[in-house]
Amino acid sequence: MAENILIIVLSTISLIAAVFAVVTKKTINAIISSGVVSLMASITFLLVAAPDVAMTEAAIGSGLTTVVFLYALKHVRGQRSSRDD
Amino acid sequence: MIILITGLLLIIIGFWAMLTRKNLIRIIIGFAVMDTGINIVLVAIGYVKGKTAPIIDKAVTMAQGAEAGIQAVDKVVDPVPSALVLTAIVIGLAVTALMLAYAIRMYKTGNSLDIDDFEEQKW
Amino acid sequence: MIKYILIFLVLIGMAWLFFPLVVEFFTPDITNNLAANYVFGSAADLNMPNAVTAVVVTYRGLDTLGEVTVLFLATAGVGFFLKRKKHMEGIRRPGSEILKTGSEILAPLIIIFGIYIFTHGHLTPGGGFPGGVVMASAFLLLLMANENFGFSHGIINLTETISGIGYVLIGITGLVLLGLNHFLDPRWLGLGQWGRLFSAGAVPLIYSFIGLKVGAEMSGLLDSLQSDGGEQ
Repeated sequence: MAENILIIVLSTISLIAAVFAVVTKKTINAIISSGVVSLMASITFLLVAAPDVAMTEAAIGSGLTTVVFLYALKHVRGQRSSRDD
Repeated sequence: MIILITGLLLIIIGFWAMLTRKNLIRIIIGFAVMDTGINIVLVAIGYVKGKTAPIIDKAVTMAQGAEAGIQAVDKVVDPVPSALVLTAIVIGLAVTALMLAYAIRMYKTGNSLDIDDFEEQKW
Repeated sequence: MIKYILIFLVLIGMAWLFFPLVVEFFTPDITNNLAANYVFGSAADLNMPNAVTAVVVTYRGLDTLGEVTVLFLATAGVGFFLKRKKHMEGIRRPGSEILKTGSEILAPLIIIFGIYIFTHGHLTPGGGFPGGVVMASAFLLLLMANENFGFSHGIINLTETISGIGYVLIGITGLVLLGLNHFLDPRWLGLGQWGRLFSAGAVPLIYSFIGLKVGAEMSGLLDSLQSDGGEQ
């Protein structure tokens, strides 16, 4: 029963974060909330008895993917500001 | 069940993002969300009610070797989806990085991230 | 306007396609035959507690070889799109004092943790893929903290090459020693004792090679994304 409540809470958070990632205006907010989706997914994997996958998802989905997106954003931003001034 | 529906909804949300957004980086974020959804669906299909992870340790059985295999068979979940998703996540990161690199390259040649500005690649 | 209606219809159609999957889905009570066979085989044939590793490295070993190839190709593609320029260093901001001091203590520990994860992949959850990624995150920490930190591309390429060749060589050794149909069969090395580090044949070796390869590739990927590549 407690597990079901936890699953419902996790699902709700990840769905809200996913919708927010789509509708928000700022790209950086979208990147962070897609990281939140991955983090919730990794807890979900732990609940469905897949600890290997949970470890990988926690390291990659919320760690490295976010950093890769941020680096890409830095490229784009840096170029634009250097062109403007 | 709830987890499966969540995964399918994440796939649909990611697809929606890929179809409606104009910014290239936002499209790639939609792809990442869709990737997570697909992984959740695959793992949820492999789940067996009330079983533990397919790693035979003291919580499953004290036996060793072949005997442990016989005893563990009806106590663990399906290992195949876990194994597939394990590699798929790493590949997903590499593919996302490749798409981002291509987006940066397009920005540097076209000076824009808007998908509508790349008219010559439209069909 | 028509575009939005079409997109809406596509999404509805997608949901309709998924609908039977949701309705007919039920969580089973018993494992199916294939899974039972794999779990039994991983304990009986390979003397390995972690069935997921058994599937990744042995039963689906050729798949994993293909995935490592895809990973290599994607990394090579990133390196191709973001060509490194020689004189673009010095633009990076240095990390704060806390980040620098913390990274000096934490980075070696994280690297050791990554090595632990991929050498114990056949006993505990984890394996080459998570271990390699954890190692790459240690390099990411160093990269963020020190503005002059750069990877020696020679070392990364060397690690990648040695791991790739080692992985294939282990597979071919199985082919030579055990006969046909035994490519990537790890049983040519002794199976050892249940639950020990040196057990389950060549699986720890294979997973260490995969871990080193994934770690080197991810580090190279982060480095090329981070650097100000591309010619103006």
